[in-house]
Amino acid sequence: MATLELDRVVKRYGSLEVIHGVDLEVPSGAFCVFVGPSGCGKSTLLRMIAGLETVSEGEIRIDGVRVNEVPAARRGLAMVFQSYALYPHMTVRQNLAFGLENLRTPKAEIARRVAEAARMLRIEELLERKPRQLSGGQRQRVAIGRAVVREPEIFLFDEPLSNLDAELRVQMRIELKALHGRLGNTMIYVTHDQVEAMTMADLIVVLSKGRIEQAGPPLELYHRPANLFVAGFLGSPKMNFLPVRPAEGGVRLEDGTLLPLPGTALGFAPLTLGIRPERLLLEGAGPGSIEGTVRLAERLGAETYLHLDTGAGALTVRTGGEAAARPGERVPVRLPGEACHLFGPDGRVIRCAPRG
Amino acid sequence: MASLAGPGVVDLLTRTRGKGRLHWTDWLAYAYLLLGVFLMFGPVVWVVLSSFKSEAQLLEFPPTALPYGQPSVRVEGYEEPLPLFRVRLPDGSVAEMAQVRRIGIQAQMVDPAAPQRVIRVDINEREPVRTLSLATENYTELFERFHFLRYLWNSVFITVVATLLMLLVNSMAAFALAKYDFRGRDVVFVLTIATLLIPPTVVLVPVFLVVSQLGLLNTPWGVILPGAATPTGVFLLRQYMLTIPDELLDAARMDNASEWKIYWRIVLPLAAPALAVLAIFAVTWRWNDFLLPLIVLSQSEQFTLQLALNSFKGEMHTQWGNLLAMTVLTLLPITLVFGFLQRYITSGIATTGIK
Repeated sequence: MATLELDRVVKRYGSLEVIHGVDLEVPSGAFCVFVGPSGCGKSTLLRMIAGLETVSEGEIRIDGVRVNEVPAARRGLAMVFQSYALYPHMTVRQNLAFGLENLRTPKAEIARRVAEAARMLRIEELLERKPRQLSGGQRQRVAIGRAVVREPEIFLFDEPLSNLDAELRVQMRIELKALHGRLGNTMIYVTHDQVEAMTMADLIVVLSKGRIEQAGPPLELYHRPANLFVAGFLGSPKMNFLPVRPAEGGVRLEDGTLLPLPGTALGFAPLTLGIRPERLLLEGAGPGSIEGTVRLAERLGAETYLHLDTGAGALTVRTGGEAAARPGERVPVRLPGEACHLFGPDGRVIRCAPRG
Repeated sequence: MASLAGPGVVDLLTRTRGKGRLHWTDWLAYAYLLLGVFLMFGPVVWVVLSSFKSEAQLLEFPPTALPYGQPSVRVEGYEEPLPLFRVRLPDGSVAEMAQVRRIGIQAQMVDPAAPQRVIRVDINEREPVRTLSLATENYTELFERFHFLRYLWNSVFITVVATLLMLLVNSMAAFALAKYDFRGRDVVFVLTIATLLIPPTVVLVPVFLVVSQLGLLNTPWGVILPGAATPTGVFLLRQYMLTIPDELLDAARMDNASEWKIYWRIVLPLAAPALAVLAIFAVTWRWNDFLLPLIVLSQSEQFTLQLALNSFKGEMHTQWGNLLAMTVLTLLPITLVFGFLQRYITSGIATTGIK
């Protein structure tokens, strides 16, 4: 159990700056997920926390103590790698014990911890096997086991599920979350998958181009995105974005429809309106009603995603599984004002939709 | 083994294109293969057969393939055993007789069964009886008259120690060049490789001077140390180590392993195939090395087998029998090494892309 603080952390490779002064505080026991597109610096940040990369500027503190100069092994962290990085020439047991041997842990203690981790992760019968004899999910468990036996203050996960197939990924997601519940350690988890971020995190940190875009609880970020990037990154299918112009008492869509948004001072610059697919209504009456042509209907059984072309731009609507709309049909769609976000020309949020 | 690896050796060797009878390409292929076998294996067989020939037979012309000897018999009344000949007698019959002595073109022959009667025969009327016989004294003399075991020990010591040292030194250099990012790394690497361009003979004299200054002349270390680091070895191991994922090293660092431990416990075991290949090469290089030992080792008790072989070749006289016998014995260990390790060689060459 430990808190982690990043204080204006910068990473440079030569003259190239890849992390631009990141500030973050992860409370003790939190499950914190770094999420962002590839190349956003999330893995670099994790490796800096781990001690595998040097910190160019700023300070990393664990439990209030600066650890910039502390070598990786002495920070009390354990890391699970994307490729699992199991030592191929060692058995599972040796893989689990290697770190403890290096710490000169007594033999009996090593045996106890390995047995306990193996029982917890259900890999007891695999202990004498070599990593190449294991399936992807089993390797993943061993990799987690190798972190667990170290009994670290903080767990670091670097895209641990990205090499697994979809079904296994869902299962491991649940297991990891359960593991967090059982151990209660602080965990830092890096992923590019926003579903993983939404489902597992207590605290999501959205990164882009070496900067933190927004950090907060998942639903907070979902409902109150601070900018266009976060709004577009979280949620599947993506939030709909429409270009709008400020008008008297609201905003005007591209096709001229006036969308009344009372109580907002908007100025004159062109804005972006954001609305989540599940908040769009397939009805003709009321303010903010437009019409659209169904381009595609994705039927998932429990729900249907309708992709519409409207005069105001393309929209994706989430609706019931039995929706009757066929491609080519014209349907009415209404944008309820209380569900609309507005983003300024610089991408920052101007008006958040109240939770609905 | 054969069953696991698909068809067995016999299957492989007798495989044909034609089903049932031989296609003309089969004839061509087998003729080519047999030629290859003859070209490569012929000289070796020739050396082995010749090493069992007596000195006299080695100088015989035309040469025979198999080692023959002329049997001799003890005849009553003569002290020395007499060589046996097949003689055509004046009456036209042929008999086996022992030769007492030869005077000019006449030979005095005696019938071993009736030693009293000596017959004079024209030497063209007799030819030696020949039977297969192995001149094993070529080999036994090596142990009796020459210090074969001493030379063998010298060679084995130099080969084993030099190989181990080379693996250690080269793998450390390769590890640093493959896995550490430091300023000037590429320069160091290119310089290392560039030394391949310098012919060994060019540096022979400087090496000799250094060895001599260090007082290592006439010690095995004078041969072992100059070859401890080789650019080929560094290159081969580095290229292999590049394939070891960095995440493994990071994982080991997180596991509190020191850099030495990472090298010793993670990188070395994983580079085993490349190490095996290099070990095989190092053994053959060191075992067959001649020039460096020749200039460093001048006392005969420090000689390696290769030097000892050379010493059989005198200015006036060459003891071909012993020379050939020792050649065969010198070939044996390296053949065994290859025999046992050849599957590492093939897999190693396949994975490292170097031969």
